[in-house]
Amino acid sequence: MRRPVAVRVVGPVQWIFIPAGVTLAVTILLATPVELFGLNLPEPVIPMVLAFAWPLIRPSITAPLVLAVLGLLLDILTYGPLGLWGLVLLAIYAVVLASRSFLIGQDTAVLFAWYAACCTVAFLMAYVAVSLIARNPPSILSLIGQVVPTLLLFPFANWMIERFEDGDVRFR
Amino acid sequence: MAFRDGPFENIKVPLVWTAAVTVVVAAIGCVLLLISDARAQTSPYQPVRSGVEAVAGPVGGIFAAPVRWFGHASDHVGGYFFAVSENRRLRRELAELQPWRDQAIALKNVNARYETMLGIRPEPPVAMQTARSILDTRGPFSRARLIDAGSAQGVKVGNPVINEHGLVGRIVGVSPGVSRMLRVTDVASQIPVLVDRTDARAILKGDGSSNPRLEFMRGTASVQVGDRILSSGDGGGFPRGVPIGVAARGIDGSWRVKLFSDRGAIDYVRVMLFEDFGQLIGPEQLNAPPLAALGTLPEATPEQASAITDSAARRDAARVQAEQRRADTAAATAAEAARPRPPAPVAPSPVTPAPAAATASPPGGTE
Repeated sequence: MRRPVAVRVVGPVQWIFIPAGVTLAVTILLATPVELFGLNLPEPVIPMVLAFAWPLIRPSITAPLVLAVLGLLLDILTYGPLGLWGLVLLAIYAVVLASRSFLIGQDTAVLFAWYAACCTVAFLMAYVAVSLIARNPPSILSLIGQVVPTLLLFPFANWMIERFEDGDVRFR
Repeated sequence: MAFRDGPFENIKVPLVWTAAVTVVVAAIGCVLLLISDARAQTSPYQPVRSGVEAVAGPVGGIFAAPVRWFGHASDHVGGYFFAVSENRRLRRELAELQPWRDQAIALKNVNARYETMLGIRPEPPVAMQTARSILDTRGPFSRARLIDAGSAQGVKVGNPVINEHGLVGRIVGVSPGVSRMLRVTDVASQIPVLVDRTDARAILKGDGSSNPRLEFMRGTASVQVGDRILSSGDGGGFPRGVPIGVAARGIDGSWRVKLFSDRGAIDYVRVMLFEDFGQLIGPEQLNAPPLAALGTLPEATPEQASAITDSAARRDAARVQAEQRRADTAAATAAEAARPRPPAPVAPSPVTPAPAAATASPPGGTE
Protein backbone atom coordinates (compact mmCIF):
# COMPACT_ATOMS: atom_id res chain seq x y z
CA MET A 1 0.00 0.00 0.00
CA ARG A 2 1.42 3.37 -1.03
CA ARG A 3 1.71 5.88 1.70
CA PRO A 4 0.25 9.33 0.90
CA VAL A 5 2.79 12.05 0.12
CA ALA A 6 2.65 14.83 2.64
CA VAL A 7 2.34 18.18 0.89
CA ARG A 8 3.97 20.93 2.87
CA VAL A 9 2.02 24.13 2.27
CA VAL A 10 3.90 27.31 2.99
CA GLY A 11 1.47 30.14 3.35
CA PRO A 12 1.97 33.90 3.24
CA VAL A 13 2.45 33.96 6.99
CA GLN A 14 5.65 31.94 6.67
CA TRP A 15 7.27 33.66 3.70
CA ILE A 16 5.75 37.15 3.80
CA PHE A 17 4.51 38.29 7.19
CA ILE A 18 7.11 36.72 9.48
CA PRO A 19 10.08 37.95 7.39
CA ALA A 20 8.45 41.40 7.18
CA GLY A 21 8.09 41.52 10.97
CA VAL A 22 11.68 40.39 11.46
CA THR A 23 12.86 43.02 8.99
CA LEU A 24 11.01 45.76 10.85
CA ALA A 25 12.34 44.59 14.23
CA VAL A 26 15.94 44.47 13.00
CA THR A 27 15.57 47.90 11.40
CA ILE A 28 14.47 49.36 14.74
CA LEU A 29 17.22 47.42 16.53
CA LEU A 30 19.92 48.80 14.23
CA ALA A 31 18.54 52.31 14.77
CA THR A 32 19.61 52.08 18.41
CA PRO A 33 21.99 54.95 19.15
CA VAL A 34 25.06 52.84 19.94
CA GLU A 35 28.52 54.32 19.62
CA LEU A 36 31.53 52.15 20.43
CA PHE A 37 35.04 53.44 19.78
CA GLY A 38 33.54 56.24 17.69
CA LEU A 39 31.71 53.82 15.40
CA ASN A 40 27.96 53.46 14.97
CA LEU A 41 25.94 50.42 14.02
CA PRO A 42 25.59 49.84 10.26
CA GLU A 43 22.32 50.92 8.73
CA PRO A 44 21.51 48.78 5.67
CA VAL A 45 18.18 48.93 3.89
CA ILE A 46 17.02 45.52 5.11
CA PRO A 47 13.73 45.32 3.14
CA MET A 48 15.89 45.18 0.00
CA VAL A 49 16.37 41.48 0.82
CA LEU A 50 12.63 40.92 0.64
CA ALA A 51 12.22 42.99 -2.53
CA PHE A 52 14.75 40.69 -4.20
CA ALA A 53 13.69 37.35 -2.73
CA TRP A 54 9.89 37.55 -2.76
CA PRO A 55 9.34 37.70 -6.55
CA LEU A 56 11.77 34.80 -6.99
CA ILE A 57 9.97 32.67 -4.41
CA ARG A 58 6.61 33.13 -6.12
CA PRO A 59 4.55 35.96 -7.62
CA SER A 60 2.02 37.29 -5.18
CA ILE A 61 -0.47 40.09 -4.70
CA THR A 62 0.20 40.37 -0.98
CA ALA A 63 3.99 40.73 -1.23
CA PRO A 64 4.09 44.07 -3.11
CA LEU A 65 1.49 45.53 -0.78
CA VAL A 66 3.47 44.46 2.29
CA LEU A 67 6.61 45.79 0.62
CA ALA A 68 4.96 49.18 0.10
CA VAL A 69 3.88 49.27 3.76
CA LEU A 70 7.41 48.35 4.85
CA GLY A 71 8.77 51.15 2.67
CA LEU A 72 6.39 53.66 4.22
CA LEU A 73 7.36 52.55 7.73
CA LEU A 74 11.02 52.87 6.77
CA ASP A 75 10.35 56.40 5.53
CA ILE A 76 8.71 57.34 8.81
CA LEU A 77 11.37 55.68 10.98
CA THR A 78 14.21 57.33 9.07
CA TYR A 79 12.38 60.64 8.55
CA GLY A 80 12.69 60.31 4.80
CA PRO A 81 10.27 61.67 2.21
CA LEU A 82 7.07 59.61 2.49
CA GLY A 83 6.83 57.14 -0.40
CA LEU A 84 10.54 57.14 -1.27
CA TRP A 85 11.52 53.67 -0.08
CA GLY A 86 8.15 52.19 -0.99
CA LEU A 87 8.66 53.30 -4.58
CA VAL A 88 12.25 52.10 -4.68
CA LEU A 89 11.45 48.68 -3.23
CA LEU A 90 8.53 48.21 -5.59
CA ALA A 91 10.76 49.11 -8.53
CA ILE A 92 13.22 46.40 -7.49
CA TYR A 93 10.35 43.96 -7.03
CA ALA A 94 9.14 44.77 -10.55
CA VAL A 95 12.60 44.32 -12.08
CA VAL A 96 13.11 40.93 -10.41
CA LEU A 97 9.57 39.85 -11.27
CA ALA A 98 10.19 40.67 -14.92
CA SER A 99 13.43 38.69 -14.93
CA ARG A 100 12.04 35.80 -12.88
CA SER A 101 12.08 33.24 -15.67
CA PHE A 102 15.76 33.97 -16.24
CA LEU A 103 16.80 33.95 -12.59
CA ILE A 104 15.00 30.80 -11.40
CA GLY A 105 17.50 27.99 -10.94
CA GLN A 106 20.55 30.16 -11.56
CA ASP A 107 23.80 29.83 -9.67
CA THR A 108 24.31 31.85 -6.47
CA ALA A 109 26.96 34.00 -8.14
CA VAL A 110 24.49 35.06 -10.83
CA LEU A 111 21.90 35.84 -8.20
CA PHE A 112 24.42 37.96 -6.29
CA ALA A 113 25.35 39.86 -9.44
CA TRP A 114 21.66 40.55 -10.06
CA TYR A 115 21.17 41.56 -6.42
CA ALA A 116 24.11 43.97 -6.65
CA ALA A 117 22.70 45.47 -9.84
CA CYS A 118 19.30 45.86 -8.21
CA CYS A 119 20.86 47.56 -5.16
CA THR A 120 22.74 49.95 -7.43
CA VAL A 121 19.56 50.87 -9.30
CA ALA A 122 17.65 51.27 -6.02
CA PHE A 123 20.19 53.58 -4.40
CA LEU A 124 20.56 55.55 -7.63
CA MET A 125 16.80 56.11 -7.66
CA ALA A 126 16.81 57.18 -4.02
CA TYR A 127 19.82 59.46 -4.60
CA VAL A 128 18.16 61.24 -7.51
CA ALA A 129 14.83 61.55 -5.67
CA VAL A 130 16.41 63.00 -2.51
CA SER A 131 18.62 65.33 -4.55
CA LEU A 132 15.55 66.69 -6.32
CA ILE A 133 13.46 67.01 -3.16
CA ALA A 134 16.14 68.55 -0.93
CA ARG A 135 17.87 70.38 -3.83
CA ASN A 136 21.09 69.17 -2.26
CA PRO A 137 22.91 66.01 -3.40
CA PRO A 138 23.87 63.67 -0.55
CA SER A 139 27.48 62.69 0.04
CA ILE A 140 28.74 59.85 -2.17
CA LEU A 141 30.93 58.44 0.62
CA SER A 142 27.96 58.28 2.94
CA LEU A 143 25.97 56.58 0.19
CA ILE A 144 28.66 53.92 -0.19
CA GLY A 145 28.52 53.48 3.57
CA GLN A 146 24.91 52.33 3.21
CA VAL A 147 25.23 50.41 -0.06
CA VAL A 148 27.97 48.08 1.21
CA PRO A 149 26.08 46.78 4.29
CA THR A 150 23.01 46.30 2.10
CA LEU A 151 25.06 44.19 -0.34
CA LEU A 152 26.34 42.13 2.57
CA LEU A 153 22.76 41.09 3.31
CA PHE A 154 22.66 38.90 0.16
CA PRO A 155 23.15 35.61 2.10
CA PHE A 156 19.82 36.21 3.82
CA ALA A 157 18.08 36.73 0.47
CA ASN A 158 19.72 33.58 -0.89
CA TRP A 159 18.68 31.63 2.20
CA MET A 160 15.08 32.78 1.81
CA ILE A 161 15.03 31.78 -1.85
CA GLU A 162 16.44 28.33 -1.09
CA ARG A 163 14.14 27.88 1.89
CA PHE A 164 10.84 28.89 0.31
CA GLU A 165 11.24 28.54 -3.45
CA ASP A 166 10.19 24.89 -3.47
CA GLY A 167 8.21 25.04 -0.28
CA ASP A 168 4.93 24.69 -2.09
CA VAL A 169 4.85 22.05 -4.79
CA ARG A 170 1.98 23.81 -6.53
CA PHE A 171 4.37 26.57 -7.61
CA ARG A 172 7.05 24.31 -9.07
CA MET B 1 -22.44 31.84 -4.15
CA ALA B 2 -18.71 31.76 -4.10
CA PHE B 3 -16.74 33.49 -6.85
CA ARG B 4 -15.26 30.24 -8.13
CA ASP B 5 -18.74 28.74 -8.56
CA GLY B 6 -19.96 31.56 -10.78
CA PRO B 7 -19.58 32.28 -14.45
CA PHE B 8 -15.88 33.25 -13.92
CA GLU B 9 -15.09 29.70 -12.81
CA ASN B 10 -12.90 28.94 -15.78
CA ILE B 11 -11.11 32.29 -15.97
CA LYS B 12 -7.54 31.96 -14.75
CA VAL B 13 -5.45 35.10 -14.53
CA PRO B 14 -1.69 34.49 -14.49
CA LEU B 15 -0.28 35.18 -11.05
CA VAL B 16 2.61 37.19 -12.50
CA TRP B 17 0.21 39.61 -14.14
CA THR B 18 -1.84 40.15 -11.00
CA ALA B 19 1.36 40.76 -9.04
CA ALA B 20 2.52 43.22 -11.71
CA VAL B 21 -0.77 45.12 -11.58
CA THR B 22 -0.49 45.28 -7.77
CA VAL B 23 3.06 46.64 -8.08
CA VAL B 24 1.95 49.33 -10.51
CA VAL B 25 -0.98 50.41 -8.34
CA ALA B 26 1.17 50.51 -5.18
CA ALA B 27 3.92 52.39 -7.02
CA ILE B 28 1.43 55.01 -8.20
CA GLY B 29 0.31 55.43 -4.59
CA CYS B 30 3.92 55.90 -3.48
CA VAL B 31 4.55 58.49 -6.20
CA LEU B 32 1.47 60.45 -5.11
CA LEU B 33 2.67 60.29 -1.50
CA LEU B 34 6.12 61.45 -2.55
CA ILE B 35 4.70 64.41 -4.41
CA SER B 36 2.27 65.46 -1.70
CA ASP B 37 4.58 65.04 1.30
CA ALA B 38 6.86 67.95 2.07
CA ARG B 39 8.52 66.35 5.12
CA ALA B 40 7.63 69.48 7.07
CA GLN B 41 5.25 70.41 9.85
CA THR B 42 2.73 71.50 7.23
CA SER B 43 2.72 68.03 5.66
CA PRO B 44 -0.78 66.48 5.69
CA TYR B 45 0.76 63.23 6.93
CA GLN B 46 2.37 64.77 10.01
CA PRO B 47 -0.18 63.16 12.37
CA VAL B 48 0.66 59.75 10.87
CA ARG B 49 4.36 60.37 11.38
CA SER B 50 3.75 61.53 14.94
CA GLY B 51 1.62 58.47 15.67
CA VAL B 52 4.20 56.00 14.39
CA GLU B 53 6.99 57.84 16.20
CA ALA B 54 4.98 57.82 19.42
CA VAL B 55 4.85 54.01 19.14
CA ALA B 56 8.40 53.51 17.87
CA GLY B 57 9.90 55.81 20.49
CA PRO B 58 9.24 53.60 23.54
CA VAL B 59 10.28 50.51 21.54
CA GLY B 60 13.56 52.19 20.68
CA GLY B 61 13.89 53.23 24.30
CA ILE B 62 13.69 49.57 25.33
CA PHE B 63 16.48 48.66 22.89
CA ALA B 64 18.55 51.67 23.92
CA ALA B 65 18.30 50.94 27.65
CA PRO B 66 20.74 47.94 27.69
CA VAL B 67 23.17 49.93 25.58
CA ARG B 68 23.02 52.75 28.08
CA TRP B 69 23.49 50.37 30.99
CA PHE B 70 26.46 48.78 29.26
CA GLY B 71 27.92 52.22 28.66
CA HIS B 72 27.50 53.15 32.32
CA ALA B 73 29.07 49.86 33.40
CA SER B 74 32.07 50.32 31.10
CA ASP B 75 32.45 53.92 32.32
CA HIS B 76 32.40 52.64 35.90
CA VAL B 77 35.03 49.98 35.23
CA GLY B 78 37.16 52.42 33.24
CA GLY B 79 36.87 55.03 35.97
CA TYR B 80 38.02 52.49 38.56
CA PHE B 81 41.09 51.34 36.63
CA PHE B 82 42.13 54.72 35.21
CA ALA B 83 41.38 56.89 38.24
CA VAL B 84 45.00 57.96 38.85
CA SER B 85 45.80 58.96 35.27
CA GLU B 86 42.42 60.65 34.99
CA ASN B 87 43.13 62.60 38.17
CA ARG B 88 46.49 63.80 36.83
CA ARG B 89 44.94 64.85 33.56
CA LEU B 90 42.15 66.75 35.31
CA ARG B 91 44.63 68.55 37.60
CA ARG B 92 46.64 69.64 34.56
CA GLU B 93 43.51 70.86 32.81
CA LEU B 94 42.39 72.72 35.92
CA ALA B 95 45.72 74.51 36.18
CA GLU B 96 45.45 75.52 32.53
CA LEU B 97 41.87 76.71 32.84
CA GLN B 98 42.21 78.85 35.98
CA PRO B 99 43.73 81.89 34.15
CA TRP B 100 41.00 81.56 31.55
CA ARG B 101 38.38 81.63 34.29
CA ASP B 102 39.83 84.88 35.70
CA GLN B 103 39.87 86.43 32.24
CA ALA B 104 36.30 85.30 31.62
CA ILE B 105 35.11 86.91 34.87
CA ALA B 106 36.87 90.17 34.03
CA LEU B 107 35.55 90.20 30.47
CA LYS B 108 32.04 89.42 31.63
CA ASN B 109 32.19 92.37 33.98
CA VAL B 110 33.46 94.74 31.27
CA ASN B 111 30.91 93.41 28.79
CA ALA B 112 28.06 93.99 31.24
CA ARG B 113 29.19 97.57 31.76
CA TYR B 114 29.43 98.19 28.01
CA GLU B 115 25.96 96.78 27.53
CA THR B 116 24.62 99.08 30.24
CA MET B 117 26.38 102.13 28.79
CA LEU B 118 25.24 101.46 25.25
CA GLY B 119 21.73 100.45 26.23
CA ILE B 120 22.01 97.09 24.50
CA ARG B 121 19.25 94.67 25.31
CA PRO B 122 20.98 91.33 25.92
CA GLU B 123 19.31 88.11 24.86
CA PRO B 124 17.16 86.64 27.61
CA PRO B 125 18.29 83.37 29.22
CA VAL B 126 16.99 80.33 27.34
CA ALA B 127 15.20 77.58 29.25
CA MET B 128 16.45 74.03 28.63
CA GLN B 129 14.83 70.61 28.56
CA THR B 130 17.04 67.56 28.90
CA ALA B 131 16.13 64.51 26.79
CA ARG B 132 17.52 61.13 25.86
CA SER B 133 18.18 59.96 22.32
CA ILE B 134 16.23 56.75 21.63
CA LEU B 135 16.33 56.14 17.87
CA ASP B 136 19.00 57.15 15.42
CA THR B 137 19.04 57.40 11.62
CA ARG B 138 22.45 57.66 10.02
CA GLY B 139 21.99 57.04 6.30
CA PRO B 140 22.96 59.35 3.44
CA PHE B 141 19.35 60.36 2.82
CA SER B 142 18.40 61.35 6.34
CA ARG B 143 20.14 62.00 9.61
CA ALA B 144 17.62 62.36 12.38
CA ARG B 145 16.95 61.17 15.90
CA LEU B 146 13.99 60.57 18.14
CA ILE B 147 14.30 62.02 21.63
CA ASP B 148 12.10 61.25 24.60
CA ALA B 149 10.79 64.77 25.27
CA GLY B 150 7.81 66.18 23.47
CA SER B 151 5.18 68.87 23.53
CA ALA B 152 4.21 67.84 27.08
CA GLN B 153 7.63 69.10 28.19
CA GLY B 154 7.31 72.35 26.24
CA VAL B 155 9.29 71.27 23.19
CA LYS B 156 8.21 73.01 19.98
CA VAL B 157 9.10 72.71 16.33
CA GLY B 158 12.18 74.81 15.58
CA ASN B 159 13.84 74.49 18.99
CA PRO B 160 17.63 74.06 18.72
CA VAL B 161 19.15 70.95 20.30
CA ILE B 162 22.64 70.86 21.82
CA ASN B 163 24.77 68.42 23.75
CA GLU B 164 27.62 69.20 26.13
CA HIS B 165 29.94 69.95 23.18
CA GLY B 166 27.85 71.95 20.73
CA LEU B 167 24.90 72.17 18.37
CA VAL B 168 23.34 68.85 17.36
CA GLY B 169 20.27 69.86 15.36
CA ARG B 170 16.77 71.22 15.66
CA ILE B 171 13.29 69.89 16.35
CA VAL B 172 11.18 69.22 13.25
CA GLY B 173 8.27 67.25 14.69
CA VAL B 174 6.69 66.83 18.10
CA SER B 175 4.17 64.56 19.73
CA PRO B 176 3.29 64.58 23.42
CA GLY B 177 6.03 62.14 24.47
CA VAL B 178 8.70 62.15 21.76
CA SER B 179 10.21 64.62 19.30
CA ARG B 180 11.97 64.25 15.99
CA MET B 181 15.30 66.04 15.81
CA LEU B 182 16.88 66.79 12.44
CA ARG B 183 20.66 66.75 12.75
CA VAL B 184 22.84 69.45 11.22
CA THR B 185 24.28 66.75 8.93
CA ASP B 186 20.95 65.97 7.22
CA VAL B 187 20.58 66.92 3.55
CA ALA B 188 17.65 69.18 4.43
CA SER B 189 19.52 71.09 7.16
CA GLN B 190 20.70 74.63 6.40
CA ILE B 191 21.85 76.85 9.26
CA PRO B 192 23.20 80.42 9.13
CA VAL B 193 26.61 80.50 10.80
CA LEU B 194 29.51 82.88 11.34
CA VAL B 195 33.26 82.49 11.54
CA ASP B 196 34.32 83.55 15.02
CA ARG B 197 37.64 85.09 13.91
CA THR B 198 36.39 87.25 11.03
CA ASP B 199 32.64 87.51 11.72
CA ALA B 200 32.08 86.33 8.14
CA ARG B 201 28.71 84.78 7.41
CA ALA B 202 28.02 81.47 5.71
CA ILE B 203 25.39 78.74 5.47
CA LEU B 204 26.11 75.36 7.05
CA LYS B 205 24.58 72.79 4.71
CA GLY B 206 24.35 69.11 5.59
CA ASP B 207 24.88 66.45 2.94
CA GLY B 208 24.41 63.20 4.83
CA SER B 209 28.08 62.93 5.77
CA SER B 210 29.60 63.54 9.20
CA ASN B 211 31.02 66.92 8.21
CA PRO B 212 28.54 69.44 6.76
CA ARG B 213 29.63 71.94 4.10
CA LEU B 214 30.18 75.68 4.51
CA GLU B 215 28.53 77.41 1.58
CA PHE B 216 27.93 80.98 0.38
CA MET B 217 31.15 82.08 2.11
CA ARG B 218 32.09 85.60 1.00
CA GLY B 219 35.70 86.57 0.43
CA THR B 220 38.78 84.42 0.02
CA ALA B 221 40.48 84.86 3.38
CA SER B 222 37.41 84.93 5.57
CA VAL B 223 37.94 81.40 6.85
CA GLN B 224 41.00 79.36 7.72
CA VAL B 225 41.53 75.80 8.85
CA GLY B 226 40.78 75.64 12.56
CA ASP B 227 38.45 78.65 12.74
CA ARG B 228 35.60 78.22 15.19
CA ILE B 229 32.16 78.19 13.61
CA LEU B 230 29.22 79.51 15.64
CA SER B 231 25.56 80.01 14.93
CA SER B 232 25.00 83.56 13.68
CA GLY B 233 21.42 83.94 14.85
CA ASP B 234 20.47 85.45 11.46
CA GLY B 235 16.82 84.83 10.74
CA GLY B 236 16.01 84.26 14.38
CA GLY B 237 15.87 80.48 14.24
CA PHE B 238 18.88 79.95 16.50
CA PRO B 239 20.39 82.08 19.24
CA ARG B 240 23.67 83.69 18.29
CA GLY B 241 26.93 82.13 19.42
CA VAL B 242 26.04 78.45 19.85
CA PRO B 243 29.31 76.53 19.17
CA ILE B 244 29.09 74.24 16.14
CA GLY B 245 32.60 73.13 15.18
CA VAL B 246 35.89 74.05 13.50
CA ALA B 247 36.52 74.69 9.82
CA ALA B 248 38.42 72.10 7.81
CA ARG B 249 39.10 71.30 4.17
CA GLY B 250 37.24 68.31 2.76
CA ILE B 251 38.80 65.83 0.38
CA ASP B 252 36.86 67.49 -2.44
CA GLY B 253 38.44 70.85 -1.55
CA SER B 254 35.26 72.36 -0.13
CA TRP B 255 35.07 73.98 3.29
CA ARG B 256 33.57 71.67 5.85
CA VAL B 257 33.00 71.73 9.59
CA LYS B 258 34.20 69.18 12.11
CA LEU B 259 31.34 69.14 14.55
CA PHE B 260 31.96 69.62 18.26
CA SER B 261 28.92 67.45 18.96
CA ASP B 262 30.71 64.41 17.49
CA ARG B 263 33.38 64.53 20.20
CA GLY B 264 31.23 62.26 22.34
CA ALA B 265 28.20 60.04 22.07
CA ILE B 266 24.96 61.93 21.50
CA ASP B 267 22.95 60.06 24.09
CA TYR B 268 21.71 62.88 26.28
CA VAL B 269 20.81 66.18 24.68
CA ARG B 270 19.33 69.48 25.78
CA VAL B 271 16.52 71.16 23.89
CA MET B 272 16.80 74.94 23.97
CA LEU B 273 13.24 76.21 24.41
CA PHE B 274 14.16 79.18 22.29
CA GLU B 275 11.38 81.31 20.85
CA ASP B 276 12.35 82.72 17.50
CA PHE B 277 10.88 85.86 15.99
CA GLY B 278 8.33 83.97 13.96
CA GLN B 279 7.05 82.09 17.00
CA LEU B 280 6.77 85.28 19.04
CA ILE B 281 4.83 87.28 16.47
CA GLY B 282 2.71 84.74 14.65
CA PRO B 283 2.44 84.39 10.87
CA GLU B 284 -1.02 85.95 10.60
CA GLN B 285 0.20 89.15 12.22
CA LEU B 286 3.29 89.20 10.02
CA ASN B 287 1.16 88.76 6.92
CA ALA B 288 -1.43 91.40 7.88
CA PRO B 289 -1.77 94.25 5.35
CA PRO B 290 -0.11 97.52 6.41
CA LEU B 291 -2.24 99.96 8.41
CA ALA B 292 -4.93 97.33 8.74
CA ALA B 293 -5.30 98.26 12.41
CA LEU B 294 -6.51 101.74 11.53
CA GLY B 295 -9.89 100.38 10.55
CA THR B 296 -10.38 98.93 13.99
CA LEU B 297 -9.29 101.97 16.02
CA PRO B 298 -11.98 103.53 18.28
CA GLU B 299 -13.29 107.01 17.58
CA ALA B 300 -11.24 109.83 19.06
CA THR B 301 -12.56 111.48 22.24
CA PRO B 302 -13.37 115.24 22.14
CA GLU B 303 -10.16 115.97 24.07
CA GLN B 304 -8.10 113.96 21.59
CA ALA B 305 -9.89 115.60 18.65
CA SER B 306 -9.29 119.12 20.04
CA ALA B 307 -5.65 118.30 20.73
CA ILE B 308 -5.23 117.00 17.19
CA THR B 309 -6.98 120.11 15.77
CA ASP B 310 -4.90 122.40 17.99
CA SER B 311 -1.64 120.80 16.98
CA ALA B 312 -2.64 120.93 13.31
CA ALA B 313 -3.56 124.63 13.61
CA ARG B 314 -0.26 125.40 15.33
CA ARG B 315 1.63 123.50 12.65
CA ASP B 316 -0.18 125.51 9.93
CA ALA B 317 0.55 128.80 11.68
CA ALA B 318 4.20 127.87 12.04
CA ARG B 319 4.36 127.00 8.35
CA VAL B 320 2.81 130.38 7.39
CA GLN B 321 5.27 132.23 9.61
CA ALA B 322 8.21 130.36 8.13
CA GLU B 323 7.06 131.17 4.59
CA GLN B 324 6.64 134.86 5.56
CA ARG B 325 10.18 134.94 6.96
CA ARG B 326 11.60 133.39 3.82
CA ALA B 327 9.78 135.94 1.64
CA ASP B 328 11.05 138.89 3.75
CA THR B 329 14.62 137.60 3.56
CA ALA B 330 14.41 137.21 -0.20
CA ALA B 331 13.03 140.77 -0.62
CA ALA B 332 15.78 142.25 1.56
CA THR B 333 18.46 140.46 -0.44
CA ALA B 334 17.03 141.73 -3.73
CA ALA B 335 16.88 145.33 -2.44
CA GLU B 336 20.49 145.12 -1.27
CA ALA B 337 21.62 143.91 -4.66
CA ALA B 338 19.71 146.71 -6.51
CA ARG B 339 21.23 149.58 -4.41
CA PRO B 340 24.15 151.52 -6.28
CA ARG B 341 27.59 150.93 -4.77
CA PRO B 342 29.74 153.92 -3.49
CA PRO B 343 32.87 154.76 -5.57
CA ALA B 344 36.11 153.20 -4.48
CA PRO B 345 38.37 155.53 -2.43
CA VAL B 346 41.38 156.94 -4.33
CA ALA B 347 44.69 155.86 -2.89
CA PRO B 348 47.01 158.80 -1.88
CA SER B 349 50.17 157.02 -2.92
CA PRO B 350 50.97 156.03 -6.50
CA VAL B 351 50.82 152.44 -5.69
CA THR B 352 49.33 150.12 -8.24
CA PRO B 353 45.72 149.54 -7.29
CA ALA B 354 44.79 146.13 -6.05
CA PRO B 355 43.10 143.85 -8.55
CA ALA B 356 39.30 143.99 -8.58
CA ALA B 357 39.04 140.38 -7.62
CA ALA B 358 40.73 141.08 -4.31
CA THR B 359 38.19 143.71 -3.26
CA ALA B 360 35.07 142.27 -4.72
CA SER B 361 32.84 140.35 -2.35
CA PRO B 362 32.98 136.62 -2.78
CA PRO B 363 30.14 135.02 -4.71
CA GLY B 364 27.22 134.29 -2.52
CA GLY B 365 27.87 137.16 -0.17
CA THR B 366 29.77 137.30 3.06
CA GLU B 367 28.69 136.44 6.49
